[in-house]
Amino acid sequence: MTYLHNIGAYFLMIFEMFRKPTKWSVMKKLILKDIDDLIIGSLGIVAFISFFVGGVITIQTALNINNPLIPKYLVGFATKQSIVLEFAPTFTSIIMAGKVGSFITSSIGTMRVTEQIDALEVMGINSLNYLVLPKTIALSLYPFAIAIGMFLGILGGMAACVFGGYTSLEDYVLGIQTDFQPFHIIYSFIKTFVFAFILATVPSFHGYYMKGGALEVGKASTTAFVWTSVVIILLNYILTDMMLGS
Amino acid sequence: MIEVKNLHKSFSGVEVLKGISTSFEKGKTNLIIGQSGSGKTVFLKCLLGLFDYEEGSISYDGKIFSQLTEDEKRNLRAEIGMVFQGSALFDSMTIAENVMFPLQMFTNQNKSEMEDRVSFVLKRVNLDDAHNKMPSEASGGMQKRVAIARAIVNNPKYLFCDEPNSGLDPKTAIVIDNLIQEITDEYQITTVINSHDMNSVMEIGEKIVFLKNGLKAWEGSNQTIFKTDNEAVTDFVYSSNLFKKVRKMYLEENK
Repeated sequence: MTYLHNIGAYFLMIFEMFRKPTKWSVMKKLILKDIDDLIIGSLGIVAFISFFVGGVITIQTALNINNPLIPKYLVGFATKQSIVLEFAPTFTSIIMAGKVGSFITSSIGTMRVTEQIDALEVMGINSLNYLVLPKTIALSLYPFAIAIGMFLGILGGMAACVFGGYTSLEDYVLGIQTDFQPFHIIYSFIKTFVFAFILATVPSFHGYYMKGGALEVGKASTTAFVWTSVVIILLNYILTDMMLGS
Repeated sequence: MIEVKNLHKSFSGVEVLKGISTSFEKGKTNLIIGQSGSGKTVFLKCLLGLFDYEEGSISYDGKIFSQLTEDEKRNLRAEIGMVFQGSALFDSMTIAENVMFPLQMFTNQNKSEMEDRVSFVLKRVNLDDAHNKMPSEASGGMQKRVAIARAIVNNPKYLFCDEPNSGLDPKTAIVIDNLIQEITDEYQITTVINSHDMNSVMEIGEKIVFLKNGLKAWEGSNQTIFKTDNEAVTDFVYSSNLFKKVRKMYLEENK
């Protein structure tokens, strides 16, 4: 029953988020601040992880292809497919659920504990619109971060290939270009867009409706990370089956 | 003027407010007092519209809150200033930005007009040199004064304070009390203060409502509280020896 109640409360929160809009002059500043906090502030970790995971995927693939009948360009092909289809949109989102999600839950949760949300409500401000909508809009730029992650992942694979001597640069580039399907990029960005919405709203829900003190803020952050990850993994399966399944 | 009639509020079947009726007058400092768990905070949150209630009515200058449309409620809330127990300052904003916030949200003033108003209000609460400080850099007393400045910046008709003296030393507490009373007189605000600080009760309690177990057990002022023989009030207010002596001296002087 608690799960059903929470699902219902989550959708009511989404509905409420769009009511009684905050003045645009204020909202604009909040969106820019959240873009800085959530997107710009995450580029470093996205770039770092993407580059090195791209390298690792390349090395693993190269080391597992021993059969001389398998062409060497397959290393580049496998790296590209892994990064574009799964690593960049899904696994980066799981990492972001830890970084961005816990930041959102703890910041909103702390506002709840210290009565800052009550202060907004007493002033007649729709606190959900004021707190959650700017984050949701800011995270709609998340696909740009993922695009950078894709590029750096493939670049990291190339660096590992060339400097590790696993395949030649020509083979790797040929692999990247082989069987390129533009729909895979579209599929990946649709997933990323959906995950961005989840990344903004699920942690906000856990922060906004938390009860208790500082200890509960920590617990809410952990719960938010778990549920954000679960929802992302489930939606990943559903979206993949819908868009790529037969 | 705020009028409350037969207010009932329950949580999970437990009745916390059991039919409170009272009124809070304009231009006066009205205090709600009572022991912890007596229903003071719930009562205040019902007055603010943060809690729904099962029965009764609350009217602000004749407008019954529960009968207002969402837009009317929003307009009414813009006329309310609130000082929270923990100040509830927005910690991502400077002190000046905190005070400017209601102006940004509810007025169409330009930036220089808002800055002038913020400077005036911060000066009024003796914080004219704290504009660019963050709330975390301010002391408890300063935070309370910023909260008062934020509450009055938009010229509210109603000011609510939830234990404005909690966690403050006695000297700072008196400064805060005097400030609230001066502002109430100056701007003719209907001020409602939730407190269990006996100094506040004696100093600024122009009207006092005493709650016990969710009921209004007594109503009076800082003048009549000395003379009352209501046992619930005397037990609570004169629980310390100091106040017992003060009361005895007062009664002897005023025989």
